[in-house]
Amino acid sequence: MRIVVGEGSCGLAAGAGKVHAALAKLGADVGITGCIGMCYLEPIVDLYDGALVARLVRVQESDAERVFKAAESGDLSGVEDLKIPAEDEEFLAKQTRIALRHCGIIDPESLDAYRAADGYKAIAKILGVDGGPGMTPEQVIEEIKTSGLAGRGGAGFPTWFKWNAARNAKGDEKYLICNADEGDPGAFMDRAVIESDPHSLVEGMLIAAYAIGASQAFVYVRAEYPLAIVRLQKAIRDAEEAGLLGDGILGTGFSCRLRIKAGAGAFVCGEETALIESLEGNRGMPRLKPPFPAEKGYTDKPSNINNVETFANVAWIVLNGGAAFSAMGTETSKGTKVFALTGKIRRGGLVEVPMGLTLRDVIFGIGGGVRDGRRFKAVQMGGPSGGCIPESLLDTPIDYKALGATGAIMGSGGMVVMDDSTCMVNMARFFLDFTAKESCGKCVHCRIGTKRLHETLVRITEGRGRDGDVELLEELCKGIKDGALCGLGQTAPNPVLTTIRYFRDEYDAHIRERRCPAHECAALRTFSIDAAKCKGCTACAKKCPAGAIAGSLRNPHAIDASKCVKCGACAATCRFGAVEVL
Amino acid sequence: MCKDCAKSDLALLEPVFAEFEGDRHALVTILQRAQEIYGYLPTDVVYRIAERQGVSPAKVLGVATFYSQFRLKPVGKNLILLCKGTACHVNGADSIAAALMDELGIGDGGTTEDGMFSLKEVACLGCCSLSPVMMINETAYGSLTPQKARDIVRKIAAEGASS
Repeated sequence: MRIVVGEGSCGLAAGAGKVHAALAKLGADVGITGCIGMCYLEPIVDLYDGALVARLVRVQESDAERVFKAAESGDLSGVEDLKIPAEDEEFLAKQTRIALRHCGIIDPESLDAYRAADGYKAIAKILGVDGGPGMTPEQVIEEIKTSGLAGRGGAGFPTWFKWNAARNAKGDEKYLICNADEGDPGAFMDRAVIESDPHSLVEGMLIAAYAIGASQAFVYVRAEYPLAIVRLQKAIRDAEEAGLLGDGILGTGFSCRLRIKAGAGAFVCGEETALIESLEGNRGMPRLKPPFPAEKGYTDKPSNINNVETFANVAWIVLNGGAAFSAMGTETSKGTKVFALTGKIRRGGLVEVPMGLTLRDVIFGIGGGVRDGRRFKAVQMGGPSGGCIPESLLDTPIDYKALGATGAIMGSGGMVVMDDSTCMVNMARFFLDFTAKESCGKCVHCRIGTKRLHETLVRITEGRGRDGDVELLEELCKGIKDGALCGLGQTAPNPVLTTIRYFRDEYDAHIRERRCPAHECAALRTFSIDAAKCKGCTACAKKCPAGAIAGSLRNPHAIDASKCVKCGACAATCRFGAVEVL
Repeated sequence: MCKDCAKSDLALLEPVFAEFEGDRHALVTILQRAQEIYGYLPTDVVYRIAERQGVSPAKVLGVATFYSQFRLKPVGKNLILLCKGTACHVNGADSIAAALMDELGIGDGGTTEDGMFSLKEVACLGCCSLSPVMMINETAYGSLTPQKARDIVRKIAAEGASS
């Protein structure tokens, strides 16, 4: 049997590299694959005998020998305990994978593996080198229009419309750009696609380049994704050698060069005009729109920008037809969407589902709900531009319009699940800390507005909130939304507005009662020792940096509230659960 | 040029200039290469890049200070990138930060006196399912607890001391 180790970033961080090395040392012929999306079960090792025979999960270096023996002999009794539990198989069974169709299945570093999985057949079909009639650029755009594919980076703008605008723009020199500057904290599907299936991105981009008439293309990747860059570099090199990239692709007159540009760490560069500035070697500050990039983009030439996940759908649509894609989803949102399920979720990872499923289906049906037996409080969608959706709205369908109505957005697909230990005011503070730091400073509303929002939220979480603070926040939010130049500023108030809308009681508790209902805000916590549980071990007194705990050996201790600095060291130290946090 | 500036071996930049000759959009990439060579962006390197790209040193410095990847000061032998993304925040990244700062005696952006460690908080490393996460020299360490983070740093320090 063939052994295949899942080696995406998550798998490697969980120890897949060590497992691979240990297996190779035993003489096994070890193959690699990308990320199957079940990050919570990594490292994952698959055994193939033609088809997949067994999926082994949480495999450690020390398991290498028995895995090797099982693969050699075909007798799996020695690895029974490593086999994926039946309930976890549901995680995959409930999904519909299009953008992720090859992820965790094929070898991301092999062009042959991609070709064997229908790779580069879509571009061959378009160029008419598969014996068929070929497709004109207009026909390609029409097929994408039929599919209803919309930008998966966040805004959800119809893809065909952008392609058509770039195609019709005046000029001979046009550019195609892939936005792989996945900046939303909590989203990592673009990284997974590039690491696990780089050729599908290359092929999707080739199709787009053909449609809009571009012969130059860039992939703008975050520098924080070193493995993605390495795998994409190899994919580009292999495709060039095979005549799939460069001049005269597949022997036709179509030429396209593809280059990688590494981003240098600036959230605002996810905004398309800022990204273009960055590509040109400047500070990544947004430009005024119009003119839109389709008219004046990179070096003032017509340019089209799409996100990685958008491109990853394109080859599938061309091969299977736009109608097959639009058959899935809702009236206003077609096809599937990838979500990164993280936070306090039982089964975290990447899931791809048809539009129209409800948030509850994804979080509870696939993700298994909240872990550690705690209570679900909210799900954060859309990162710093999105919002927090409460339990009462969990039956909202996944649909651009329906999610927009909640005050959150579909965004790039980050779903961070929170339980009752998460303070929603502190959550808003966290996001505004982020946007205030990442604001490029070009426009006043965003530069100063986000700072003032952050200051006010800090004041509230530190117990210095004042009556009228919530109204002040709302007024600031409105000003920023109306006045900011780009998407970063216009959406920065969303985390504040949605938490006020759904969790106003938490704001009031902080401001009026000087109390944090989730016991998360350090300044608002009080610590006390339950004399009945305290064994008098003195561990907490030794740890206390403020000398606020008094008591003698084997006698209950007590905390002097006037000296306590609320650091929580005592609660973290106590082995008897005697320190109560309120 | 200031008299206190670093005296870097500027010849190392020549292959980079050769590769990007005539490309007036390559400034970010050139700065990335320069940082790979020197570990940070010394002032004399900034001046040389400005001169060769035909732009003012202010423009180069403007770009260098805009992006979080660039450093104008040397970093320690081991660079710790501590993720402060949403998933890590929800799973207790603040307590990991506190533990590391206490262990190393430095703050965000600081370097230990012996030059062994630098600590930098970053927005998101994209390994959210392993949160809280830190990355040291491009290796990711996941599912951290304050104690686990301390142990990892101590182990690296011990290996560094013995090598």
